[in-house]
Amino acid sequence: MTVTLLRAGFLATVQDFGRVGYRHIGVSIGGALDTNALRIANLLAGNEEHSAGIEFTFGNARLKFDNDCVVAWCGGGFPVQIGDRQLLSGRAAALRAGDELIIGAAAFGCRAWLAISGGIEVPSVLGSRSTDTRGAFGGFHGRTLKDNDVLPLGPQSEATIRVVRKTGESRIATWSAPPEWTTVGRAPGLLRFVRGPEWDRFEPGALKALTWDAFRVASESDRMGVRFEGLALESPQSYDLLSSAVAPGTIQVPPSGNPILLLGDCQTVGGYPKIAHVITVDLPIAAQLRARELVHFKEVSLAEAYRLLIRREEEIARFRIGAEALLA
Amino acid sequence: MEITLLGDSALVLRFNDAPQSDAAVQRARRAISAIRMAGVRGVIDLLPAYNTLTIFFDLKTWVRSDAAADDALAGLKREIVAALSRASTEPAFTPAPSKVSIPTCYDREFAPDLAELASRVHLSVDDVVRLHAGADYRVSCIGFTPGFPYLSGLPQQLAMPRRATPRTNVLAGSVAIGGAQAGVYPRDSPGGWNVIGRTPLRLFDVQRNPSCLFSIGDGVRFRTITRAEFDELSK
Repeated sequence: MTVTLLRAGFLATVQDFGRVGYRHIGVSIGGALDTNALRIANLLAGNEEHSAGIEFTFGNARLKFDNDCVVAWCGGGFPVQIGDRQLLSGRAAALRAGDELIIGAAAFGCRAWLAISGGIEVPSVLGSRSTDTRGAFGGFHGRTLKDNDVLPLGPQSEATIRVVRKTGESRIATWSAPPEWTTVGRAPGLLRFVRGPEWDRFEPGALKALTWDAFRVASESDRMGVRFEGLALESPQSYDLLSSAVAPGTIQVPPSGNPILLLGDCQTVGGYPKIAHVITVDLPIAAQLRARELVHFKEVSLAEAYRLLIRREEEIARFRIGAEALLA
Repeated sequence: MEITLLGDSALVLRFNDAPQSDAAVQRARRAISAIRMAGVRGVIDLLPAYNTLTIFFDLKTWVRSDAAADDALAGLKREIVAALSRASTEPAFTPAPSKVSIPTCYDREFAPDLAELASRVHLSVDDVVRLHAGADYRVSCIGFTPGFPYLSGLPQQLAMPRRATPRTNVLAGSVAIGGAQAGVYPRDSPGGWNVIGRTPLRLFDVQRNPSCLFSIGDGVRFRTITRAEFDELSK
């Protein structure tokens, strides 16, 4: 079972939920920058929710399926086609050997996650199939995907077979997952945060600016972090910080004053003051930010961060039960 | 000890010891053993760095609808504090730190910044090498790239600020000085530290168990080797 990536686009990598348990030796968590999107796509394709899929950046990709399989995708505003038929995000499609799937350029957002039934069956390295490009291991030979790479797929699950049966002749599912999980990045960026470990060390002016001003995304942003430009925050005076843990969501302020919001491939430790930390439920929005977009930040309490997380998890649990009942 | 939060999914323990002291690193090592021994639920990553230990936890274990969100982490904090205080009366087994020797060739072709560093610190190249290879170092933190050791214990005379413009590619095995710390680049990567030698050792290899040559707290020494020995060890 294989899929051929005829065109990889700007940046495509194999990702799952990331590499947990190795931060103490400097290994990033990595993984899909929107694990929720990958998870929903996997559930729709009949996979385990943490199966490895492909993360595409800016689209312009094309895949050819060498065997029958089921696919689903979630992410930014991409036009996706199977032959001359459109495949909306959050819907499963049953493909036949030889079918091609084309991901066009995004109208909004910048990343998409494609789940293919069976999952991308690359070897698990340090407990994950995610690509660690800084360490050059994991994923497909430890590197970003190139045109004409042939990726191995795992065996099809019972759930996938039920999806194929249920989609029937039309081959594209009539059911879909809720749009707030499957289509992200349309609305102007608002990222909610809790205070960071060094919040108190910043001048009141910097704290006020973080809450009230708009920050423009810089073009140097990548999987390690979203860089902002235009508005510099006053960083703490002569504050010499030894490195300590950082994580996806950390907003650090280097001496330039231009904040950096860290994403999945960020280093494990950092020495810049950490003013704030974007909450887990808003990381999918951060993963869709593109250059020149404006972002606002809003402080929430930890209790609010958890309330939002609990609500999302309960909704996903209900969605799973509904999807299982539909396919039974 | 102070407990703070890193976002919504990690707790940071900050010990009162001097940040770059051996005591801080040993305390972090003992805390890791204590938390592992106590089997604190939902702990997914324990990341020590200098005088901190960051505890990443599984949100699904600790944040549930039946817990009031306001004190969702009270239970986790309690278990951690209990584990640490139990360990203070009955210490959990903490493996002794290893001693790692790093064969290093300081020849000019491997040491693009050695001559400049020597002139900046008003020492001869030979003296710099003798001081660097004569000191006892301690792994205070691992990060930057997988397996990169931040070493404390650099002789004060050798401290030199990072390069104003980082190099786009520092070769794997490069032995370097960044400010008051020493380090070794595990693989080719961009970097701003001053490179004064190279080791043929593989610091990090996912095919090896353990992947990383060091643990935090390990003692490290650099051992001078010739170019011929470097080539021999590289085979």
